[in-house]
Amino acid sequence: MKITVEEDKCCGAGQCVLVAPEVFDQRDDDGIVVVLHQTPPQEQYENVREAAAVCPAAAIEVHE
Amino acid sequence: MTWPRSVVVVGASAAGLAAAEGLRRQGYDGSLTLIGEESHAPYDRPPLSKQLLAGSWEADRTALRTPEVLSGLDLELRLGSAATGLDTRAREVVLADGSRVAYEGLVIATGTRARRLPGTDGVPGVHVLRTLEDALALRAQLALAPHLVIVGGGFVGAEAAAVARGLGCEVTLVTDAPQPMSDALGSDIGAVLRQVHTEHGVKVVTGVLAERILIDGGRATGVVLSDGRTVSAGAVLVGIGAVPNTEWLAGSGIPLGNGIECDATLRAGDGVWAAGDVASWPDPLTGARTRVEHRTNAGEQGLAAARNLLAEPGAAVPFSTVPYVWSDQYDLKIQIHGRTGGADRIALVDGSLDARKFTALYGRDGHVCGAVGVNMLRPLRALRPLVADRVPWDEALAAGAVEPPHGEPIPGAIPESAIPEPTGGAR
Repeated sequence: MKITVEEDKCCGAGQCVLVAPEVFDQRDDDGIVVVLHQTPPQEQYENVREAAAVCPAAAIEVHE
Repeated sequence: MTWPRSVVVVGASAAGLAAAEGLRRQGYDGSLTLIGEESHAPYDRPPLSKQLLAGSWEADRTALRTPEVLSGLDLELRLGSAATGLDTRAREVVLADGSRVAYEGLVIATGTRARRLPGTDGVPGVHVLRTLEDALALRAQLALAPHLVIVGGGFVGAEAAAVARGLGCEVTLVTDAPQPMSDALGSDIGAVLRQVHTEHGVKVVTGVLAERILIDGGRATGVVLSDGRTVSAGAVLVGIGAVPNTEWLAGSGIPLGNGIECDATLRAGDGVWAAGDVASWPDPLTGARTRVEHRTNAGEQGLAAARNLLAEPGAAVPFSTVPYVWSDQYDLKIQIHGRTGGADRIALVDGSLDARKFTALYGRDGHVCGAVGVNMLRPLRALRPLVADRVPWDEALAAGAVEPPHGEPIPGAIPESAIPEPTGGAR
């Protein structure tokens, strides 16, 4: 699994961080998503899929 | 999987797409049909009043999924097909072309449409902002730099005002509320927003209704206000909320009120679930029947409806959420977690209104009910658990919030009926 994000789509909702805090964080200044593990461990796959699904800006893409 | 063998999702926007994706992610491998009234593949609405209207994005960037991802869902995608009826006995959806689509499981996600002013349908110069076509039409109009009069001071109106000023239009914003967005944010923060819009050159007219639109030579030429004034207009944007698309369900036996009246699990009938803007469900947190017109809710409810549709009998889970909405205006990033409608107190947690960088908690009946942040996105997320857990107000204040931000506590700060408008195209 590989994660890509489109930063200019990100609205800083932080929903991804709530769902998968080990994989996503937000920048301090503008809240834009930070991917901590672009190729996350398998046990995070379901959380990552959920995070991408609930992103209100459709900014997270998961390649499997 | 023995049941269902066929699922139909009506509504091909955020909620419908989330339901379709949710079904597949849960392992549903039967036939799946996604029916959409618009001719476009699923696209996102929040950018319509932001990047698309501003011209920084073209329409293709609003697509919610690439064609490859969509085709990977193994859908029968029926676009440009309005659903006109539902036969719950035969378990068939009736389409505008007369064809009928059979289902064992059905998810209804037909959303809402922009509310219009009477007598203005199809009048050149009068716009709403809900669909891609709406946004493109308004964008073309704004390129002529007209005097844009915006009727409605909610999210759509405020965002469009910011964009239109950026494009060099003269802008007048008319709202019957005491301040722009005060329905969602309260008067104090609404006053800050008004100041920001005024500094950017928007004429903000508050506490006044738009009585009617002047039409001359078949075109909108102005707006008559309830105080007798007339504001001349080259274009008018009407952003006064949205109406659930439920008319096609008349006579189907699906319970209708302000939207589709589902149970707590989003179930609306035998084999029928609803999701997104159109769904009204008894929120387990408050007990009140609730309909949320936010982008995030559409995704969450689409997923929840998919899960519950596939759940074993009796295993469906009540839907619960902390609503989230955001708005971008000029360099302000405004975010709301929870429900601010009916809040009876507001406390500043961090930052200051004057600096236009702050977080604030909203309380109701002694408990935290919402959190609002302006240009403090990460710190705001830290307040979300207080909202989710409805922490007692005194406890929240003890943790560092300051009440009140201005003067005395604000009794009845926000009207009970106020539901924040969504962030995109009157969504």
